[in-house]
Amino acid sequence: MSPISRGFRGRRRPVDPGRVPPGQYVVDDFPVLSAGPTPHTPTDEWSLTIAGAVGEARSWTWDEFLALPAETVTTDIHCVTKWSKLGTTWRGVSLDFLLEQVGTTADYLTAWSDGDYTTNLALEDVTDGRAWVAHLFDGEPLEPEHGGPARLLVPHLYFWKSAKWVRGITFTEEDEPGFWEAAGYHNHGDPWKEQRFWND
Amino acid sequence: MEGAALLERLRIRRAITWRTATVASIADETARARTIVLDVPDWPGHVAGQHLDVRLTAEDGYQAQRSYSIATAPEDPRIALTVERLEDGEVSSYLAGDLRPGDEFEIRGPIGGHFTWSVEDGGPLLLAGGGSGLVPLMAMLRHRAARESTVDTRLLVSAGRWDEVFYRDELSALAAGDGLVTRYTLTREQPQGWTGDSRRVDADMLAALGPAPRDAPRVFVCGPTAFVETVADALVGLGHAPGAIHAERFGPTGG
Repeated sequence: MSPISRGFRGRRRPVDPGRVPPGQYVVDDFPVLSAGPTPHTPTDEWSLTIAGAVGEARSWTWDEFLALPAETVTTDIHCVTKWSKLGTTWRGVSLDFLLEQVGTTADYLTAWSDGDYTTNLALEDVTDGRAWVAHLFDGEPLEPEHGGPARLLVPHLYFWKSAKWVRGITFTEEDEPGFWEAAGYHNHGDPWKEQRFWND
Repeated sequence: MEGAALLERLRIRRAITWRTATVASIADETARARTIVLDVPDWPGHVAGQHLDVRLTAEDGYQAQRSYSIATAPEDPRIALTVERLEDGEVSSYLAGDLRPGDEFEIRGPIGGHFTWSVEDGGPLLLAGGGSGLVPLMAMLRHRAARESTVDTRLLVSAGRWDEVFYRDELSALAAGDGLVTRYTLTREQPQGWTGDSRRVDADMLAALGPAPRDAPRVFVCGPTAFVETVADALVGLGHAPGAIHAERFGPTGG
């Protein structure tokens, strides 16, 4: 039973409780959370590599990536630092499509990024239209501080799973905790179950 | 795994559970910011630079959560937060407004295993704080002082005006000790006879402050997003290793 904070009433926004997970509040701007400097990788030096436990590793240059079939996704996003942003619009390539190109039977993957960031995901969290590599936000090239040139987009999990500056996905047989997962954050990160920290 | 790393791991892996904190005292830091000292039974201890989550509960059960950096050193038996009141801040307007000694709310932590420093990590140190981004850096400076460390430490403090700088007197006292060089920049208004900088932080300012990249300082940058982006980009441009630069950003909607 939580103690009452005397005199606290809150400033509640009229929000659809079906869209805002517990402990979250809605923002209109787009806060930036990253653990280090923002990498600025030129697109002519950029590539996306899918490797590890796959049938055949594949790599795409920026131009090749832009030529892949892309989808427009409108979705809500939820950061573990409590903010949620509703109705964000992205464009990117579905992981379903990318995985078809390599073939894998592994159950886990690690997304890795410029700036040495990593995050781990289960295969079932990135298939069936639940994950993309996104390069446009609101129809514009994704800003570097928000993960451009391209970031992972896995909006049904806390947003640290949507790795900024993603450069590769490595499939693994075992689940290997990534940067924040090894630092006390939850391994799965479902906002609707409020899986913020490892013991949640 | 080496001893310090193992200890860190154990510290991080302690269960993060909600505890009731009681406000012991409140002191004005600036016109818009207050330092709130908390009594927290069974606080598991923290590392300088870590933060905690605050959860407020209204009478009808409505709850709101936000994160705040811990301002106190691990050696201090009490936890202190310095909270700046934001116009739209649902939680900050209460913490830096109606809150009184004796009031209770919930906290859990410590949180964060990356933006941390302890004396055992060594130096030199380069700390850059914009506005309330000074708070986790102050925990590091207080820890350094509590351990009587003289490790080479350079501190850059950026604020709009002098009376918006947190912990002014304490920073002056700390700077009188060995090994700490503090540089201030006031971007909007400077007092008469001001000898510090009076422009937005830039590469020249950071180069003059040091330490040089060849000395491989551990760098901690905290503040609004634009401040952190500017400082981190400038430091990378000066030749500091990106991996040595620890950043913590907060936007206008810190809450």
